[in-house]
Amino acid sequence: MIWRVEVKHKPGVFDPHGGSIRKDIVDSGLSGITRVDVVDVYHIDGALSQQEIGNVSRRLLADPVTQEYAIVQAEGFKEPPAASAIHLIEIAHHPGVMDPVEASTLKGIQDLGFKNVSAVRTAKKYCFHGNVSGRAIENIVGKILCNKLIQHVVKHPVVWKSPAPKADGPVNVVVVDLLKASEKQLKGISQQGQLFLNLNEMKTIQAHFRKMGRNPTDCELETLAQTWSEHCYHKTFRGTIRYRSNNNGKAQSRLIRNLLKSTIMKATNEINKPWCVSVFHDNAGIVKFDKDHHVCFKVETHNHPSALEPFGGANTGIGGVLRDILGTGLGAKPICCTDVFCFAPPDLPQSKLPAGTLHPKRIMKGVVSGVRDYGNKMGIPTINGAILFDEQFVGNPLVYCGSVGLIPNNQVNKRVSAGDLIVVAGGKTGRDGIHGATFSSGELTDESEVVSSGAVQIGDPIQEKKVLDVLLKARDKGLYSAITDCGAGGLSSAVGEMGKELGARVQLDKVPLKYAGLSYTEIWISESQERMVFSVPSKNREAFLKVFAAESVEAMVIGEFRKTGRLELFDGDTQVCDVDMDFLHDGIPQITKQAVWAKPKLTNPRVPVPRDLNEKLVDVLSHYNVCSKEWVIRQYDHEVQGASVIKPLVGVGCDGPSDASVIAPKLGSVQGLAISNGINFRYGMIDPHWMAASCIDEAIRQIVAVGGDIERIAILDNFCWGNPDKPDRLGSLVRAAEACYQIAVGYHVPFISGKDSLYNEYTQGRKSRAIPGTILISAMGIIDDVTKTVTMDFKQAGNLIYCIGKTSDELGGSIYWDSYGLLGSSVPRVDPKLGRKIYATMFKAAQKGLVLSAHDCSEGGIAVALAEMAFSGGLGVTVHLDRVALGNKSISREDTILFSESNTRLLVEVEPRHQRSFEKLFQGLPIAPIGRVEETPEFIVYGLKNQVCVNTYIEDLKEAWQKPLRW
Amino acid sequence: MIRKPKIIVLRTAGTNCDGEMAFAFEKSGGEVDLVHVNQLLRGEVHLQDYHILAIPGGFTYGDDISSGRILANELNVKLGQQIGSFIADGKLMIGVCNGFQVMIKAGFLPGGLASASTPVSQTATLTFNDSGKFEDRWVHLKVEGKSVWTQGLDNNILYLPVAHAEGKFVTIDQDVLEWLKTNGQVAFRYCSSSGGEPHYPDNPNGSVENIAGITDKTGRILGLMPHPERHFLSLQHPSWTRQKHKGTFGDGARIFQNGVDYINNNLLSKTTVSV
Repeated sequence: MIWRVEVKHKPGVFDPHGGSIRKDIVDSGLSGITRVDVVDVYHIDGALSQQEIGNVSRRLLADPVTQEYAIVQAEGFKEPPAASAIHLIEIAHHPGVMDPVEASTLKGIQDLGFKNVSAVRTAKKYCFHGNVSGRAIENIVGKILCNKLIQHVVKHPVVWKSPAPKADGPVNVVVVDLLKASEKQLKGISQQGQLFLNLNEMKTIQAHFRKMGRNPTDCELETLAQTWSEHCYHKTFRGTIRYRSNNNGKAQSRLIRNLLKSTIMKATNEINKPWCVSVFHDNAGIVKFDKDHHVCFKVETHNHPSALEPFGGANTGIGGVLRDILGTGLGAKPICCTDVFCFAPPDLPQSKLPAGTLHPKRIMKGVVSGVRDYGNKMGIPTINGAILFDEQFVGNPLVYCGSVGLIPNNQVNKRVSAGDLIVVAGGKTGRDGIHGATFSSGELTDESEVVSSGAVQIGDPIQEKKVLDVLLKARDKGLYSAITDCGAGGLSSAVGEMGKELGARVQLDKVPLKYAGLSYTEIWISESQERMVFSVPSKNREAFLKVFAAESVEAMVIGEFRKTGRLELFDGDTQVCDVDMDFLHDGIPQITKQAVWAKPKLTNPRVPVPRDLNEKLVDVLSHYNVCSKEWVIRQYDHEVQGASVIKPLVGVGCDGPSDASVIAPKLGSVQGLAISNGINFRYGMIDPHWMAASCIDEAIRQIVAVGGDIERIAILDNFCWGNPDKPDRLGSLVRAAEACYQIAVGYHVPFISGKDSLYNEYTQGRKSRAIPGTILISAMGIIDDVTKTVTMDFKQAGNLIYCIGKTSDELGGSIYWDSYGLLGSSVPRVDPKLGRKIYATMFKAAQKGLVLSAHDCSEGGIAVALAEMAFSGGLGVTVHLDRVALGNKSISREDTILFSESNTRLLVEVEPRHQRSFEKLFQGLPIAPIGRVEETPEFIVYGLKNQVCVNTYIEDLKEAWQKPLRW
Repeated sequence: MIRKPKIIVLRTAGTNCDGEMAFAFEKSGGEVDLVHVNQLLRGEVHLQDYHILAIPGGFTYGDDISSGRILANELNVKLGQQIGSFIADGKLMIGVCNGFQVMIKAGFLPGGLASASTPVSQTATLTFNDSGKFEDRWVHLKVEGKSVWTQGLDNNILYLPVAHAEGKFVTIDQDVLEWLKTNGQVAFRYCSSSGGEPHYPDNPNGSVENIAGITDKTGRILGLMPHPERHFLSLQHPSWTRQKHKGTFGDGARIFQNGVDYINNNLLSKTTVSV
């Protein structure tokens, strides 16, 4: 017997789910829907009497205070005709696709003592009120409610059948005819199989199998495609590049062998910090924290999945980076997340939306919800981030997910030995996420939504939380010798990587499945979430499995590591893969990519001197890139684990934008760390060199602003670029990477980990739009005493305001010029020699307690920083622009001084009694006392001729800053 | 030998505020065990060996169906008797955020109201915030009632963070609400920073009569949406850098200290005498 239980809110009770769907409908440009009600539908299959199903509904499914329920027999159920102006749509998961709620409901029913229930299937019924066409409803279903990969619209009456059991019998091994294939056929095989292998690679594989005298199986070809994908192998950064540049008529041509080793890693080696424990080696970079612990930091991207399915993409992006942390060393405990996004503007007109893309507001809401859902449920605080907007990200948003982990310092080394068992633990394997690794190594097209929909993954954060809990227990008992996450490429990458030095034999039919019917290849490359792979010494087998079973986490022995040098896979008795490990990992053919960088022909605009600077200040503060992100920040739990010391929102009203966030992860200890991000794609449109340099400076500067020590800062690079097979894209990438080397060495700040996501282009027909090459620099500073950290809000009227650093005429790529729709060419530069002195001195000043508040000057320059400090502290200011320390050239315009985005500048609040000691500390460095904190809530700026040029109220500035994203 | 109050911080799939809850009780002088509900069910750990049962925040079982529902039923059905005798023994319980949702939905709070003979059933709930979304923000709270957990806090305004999507307190009818007030079972109400009438976001979720936390009739069982364990230390205050005089402890610390002190004074001292 199958019962159908419908649960809905009682009349008059607010239904937030329906409310938010209605908002999404409005956002998507459809009008006419006045209300949406959501009904939870449960189909319960089991031997339950009418009374018993009533009991289950009353005690489990419906809240007695706010909800009501109705029970009917599911078999033969047909929806009665709806009233006029009401549309009913029911959406359910495909048979075999597991909604986590179903497992929880089954458990809940069994807990009530009803053991004879075999299955629960959930669905959602939506009641749309309003006079709209059936076509409009279809549109809503397709664009907002239903992910076709995993869900469908239910047609009543439903024919109930259980998923077909896997047919017994011999395994049908698929062999790909490669030996005789022509070049054209090789290309075809790669394309049809979504392998994203180029012709050269296909030919290398063909030659390898010709030598063996046999054709590869589909599984062997897939394994090579996964391992050799740009996503897993980083062909561009590790390959050879012919680089030609033309900078102001100076032409040069060089051959770069391994861009990563010759720039990013080279800097780290030269800087050679003693506290770097493991860099560019494990899942995440590891540095020393205190006498017992290290910390590790990793930032990943999940751009393409987020473009197609924003919630799922961001959700699994967080899940993925957290597994990176879980898989670092012998397992680290995630202690915070930091996330950075780039979207097209949320008010982009529908007419500017390319075919096959989602509206940026919908992408943004989906991404934020995905982060909120995974991070909050896992109990990992999302402590800060950044959101940038530009039309160039339409169709290809950027979603960077970062996480930091804490690891005992004796748990850093993993070592797989022959005879160790291969254990997969956590979630079951399904068909979700097939071809994620290869998909992210190609461009998005207007058909990606259809062709690559299988690459969308489904997250279950509670499953991952369970894995986290037991994994740390097993780690502390020393029950396994190595661990890695199942990420891109699934088991194929995880096992292939762990068994690289030895060899591995896997029994694919042992892998726990979500549903029957997966082929051996699907099992092998599926990117189902929440899975970790362990290497377990056979003597620990029982103890290991017991720890996992104790908290109801599935763990299964699927094979063993063997000293054979081969990757051998079996489905039952049938061998389906036998690949040489050396060929798999080192057989990829080296090619030389062409890179060209030519300085773009840009000039500075002639912007008339504005009559009203008040108005311009308001414009800049309400620019999407500058304005408050409080709507987003509050949806993230940024305080779970109790470690937060400097929160993302600070100040008298807890709404000011903090620079770096600080946490003290070991409760009761003052040892802490600060996390920040530097990102500015607009500078890169002028010169990627100064973009990279500025982002490094900004990331460091934010940590210095909260009282961090530049000697203890480590950074991460994350390159999101267009198609590297196009020489102009690759040329700008090379230029940015080379700047990373120069500036990191100049600042003595090492890179400890990095990531690249290339092929960020959206192709529609013949037209290809690349995103602007965007580097994200994430920084982590170790802080020995968090009680000495500083926030950015003004503290006390009468205190002095210092501007530290030199202000130059550097409005190129600024928010100020962007507010006129202009770019310019005078991009901000970085002088690490001077910067290093300034930052070291700032640390000394903070340690001495001389700094009451400090804020970094970045987008929007001095004007924005000053306004933010004032309204966050609820205090006014008076400043004089003629006192600001300038660069080599004089500046004649107030707007330039106010809005120039010169690097290495901070505003600092100092008590008058400390004036002398503060100035003495900074002797020989460019600092200037530019004004005073005032009791009256006015914002007053005196210009170069000592005239009042800005005169407004801090509340008005705050309103301008808060309004744009106050949704 | 000095015995310390023994506290069980209960975990299950999706619990995530257990570490800071354990820290708060340990610092207050308790001896804390983090116990998975499976350990209680398998009989490896016995509730009777403890003095305080603490249910921390998180998303137990994903908050699937509704927040806290599945753990609430699990405790009620499978451990109801043990918990019943635990309460009858004069011991203490506290539930924060998801723990409060669990206690409400299990009927431990507000507890048998209308008549003592009625079996425990759910008479109130914590439903979706009026804002329609999860929000992490700090709130001001007024303390009422005579709970052992809030001793010495009567005239204080506490400042604690909330972080939830389902925290709006409502009762099944007006009678239950009146009963709660008459019996002094309201423990915390949201208020403005000066202690006055709150509006959103001072009352962050739209709870009726601004109720943020309640107790049972005895005052020994406390549940609240705000997180006292997240303001256990003064450095957790969102604007500690603005304060001239900051001690070690934050506004939430007193609640945990009260729990530990109560056990020391009422349950352990007696045992010591009899030994």
